[in-house]
Amino acid sequence: MNASAQYTLYHPKWYRRHVSVWWWLKTWSYTKFVLRELTSVSVAYFAVVALWQVRSLACCAEAYTRFLRLMESPFFLAINLIALIFVLFHALTWFHLAPRAMVFRLGSRRLPDKLVVGMNYIAWIVLSALIAWIMLRG
Amino acid sequence: MQSTLMLTVMRYRPEQEAEPTFQTFEVPYRKDWVVLDALNHIKDNLDGSLSYRWSCRMGVCGSCGMMVNGEPKLTCAAFLSENLPGPIRVEPLRYFPIVRDLVVELSDFLRKLKKVKPWIIREEEKPLSEGEYSQTPEQMELYKQFSMCINCMLCYAACPVYGLEPSFIGPAAIALAQRYNKDNRDQGAEERLEICSEHDGIWQCTFVGECTKACPKGVDPAGAIQQYKLVGAMAWFKSWLLPWGER
Amino acid sequence: MPKTKTPFLWTLFSVGGTIAALLYPVHMLLQGLAIPLGWVAPPGYDTLVSLVRHPLARLYLFVFIAFPLFHGAHRFRYTLYDGLKLKHLTTLIAVLCYGSALIGTILAAYTLWSL
Repeated sequence: MNASAQYTLYHPKWYRRHVSVWWWLKTWSYTKFVLRELTSVSVAYFAVVALWQVRSLACCAEAYTRFLRLMESPFFLAINLIALIFVLFHALTWFHLAPRAMVFRLGSRRLPDKLVVGMNYIAWIVLSALIAWIMLRG
Repeated sequence: MQSTLMLTVMRYRPEQEAEPTFQTFEVPYRKDWVVLDALNHIKDNLDGSLSYRWSCRMGVCGSCGMMVNGEPKLTCAAFLSENLPGPIRVEPLRYFPIVRDLVVELSDFLRKLKKVKPWIIREEEKPLSEGEYSQTPEQMELYKQFSMCINCMLCYAACPVYGLEPSFIGPAAIALAQRYNKDNRDQGAEERLEICSEHDGIWQCTFVGECTKACPKGVDPAGAIQQYKLVGAMAWFKSWLLPWGER
Repeated sequence: MPKTKTPFLWTLFSVGGTIAALLYPVHMLLQGLAIPLGWVAPPGYDTLVSLVRHPLARLYLFVFIAFPLFHGAHRFRYTLYDGLKLKHLTTLIAVLCYGSALIGTILAAYTLWSL
């Protein structure tokens, strides 16, 4: 801290502040951003679980039963709950960011962001209901 | 009702110290004062050696950007009353090298602005006899938002990608590129896309969105960049599927 | 333009993110919580297999698994790169992330093809 100043008359020493590896903890905005990005882990986790489920389906009834039993274990229930929360966080942030990236125009007017976000939510609800119906009607 | 406020200001005098330090001043608290008023008070009455940039004091010149309590703000728009009871910490704009006190080195930013060719590019200029280029209000709406940038660099101070990777071209430069890309008089979109698709261009951005939050003029650089990514991705697919196309 | 792969990877990321946002919550709720906890009756093994064998279902499942894998890989890669300042390991991280996504995709394709 008390190193000697390095200054020459015609070349002043600019000071470059170091960016800490914990930069993302410095503000809540940054932390929220990194949490949002970490939802990628839970998305990948669930893709792997889905793959695992399909593979056990493809194998035989015993493998599938084993898979179902494992999903009922407290360990996986806990992980699935946490992953679900993260995936929901992903979905909500994704719907709100989407209208910034894709601008829809009706004639010459840009569709308001809230409308596009609303359309995203509606699509989400409709698709979810459809899937639940397909999977649960037996 | 307090009558004074403490301002903790970062000092850096390269001729006498190797690292920045903080100095605290007591300034009068007035309901209508902004941080710039407080800095001017310090310079006029308490310590004339304090160095900082400012000009219009009304949020149009972009000179007075600094970190106020860790947030990038225009000091002419940061009211003391919004930061009660203090102390208010004032530091130079983040992620830029410090020249002296609150003054940062801008040449990197200026170079990047120039790099995106921020002017109307025409394959051929219209001869004078054909009259002026016309533009309807609807055509202007397409790029108007991106033209409101005052080059204050608050977005660079907010962008962690720029902080981690100083070669990143940055939000303001890309928004400026989009301002010209979307102008109906311009024909340089392809040229700019080449430049902005380079390694340190639009693809470095991870849509943190802090730049848009920091922008005092509502430019939404994050939106500009994501729209540009979409354009870039479509151009990429087109060049693979139709390689004998427009080139 | 074609020299860099990033626009392609970004497209995979975007498609994967949209699929994950729209479809993953309901599937996760059902398959990760509601069925194991017994809130709803699970479809029987035979019903599920015949449902999944349908060509549209196979396509759906492939898209359901493959794109979000790349979404996760792409985002996680940038999180490591930025979040932990691992610039010097960038090639290793990219290979690990996209490589595992690719393995998952190939495995999904093979499993769904031979159902």
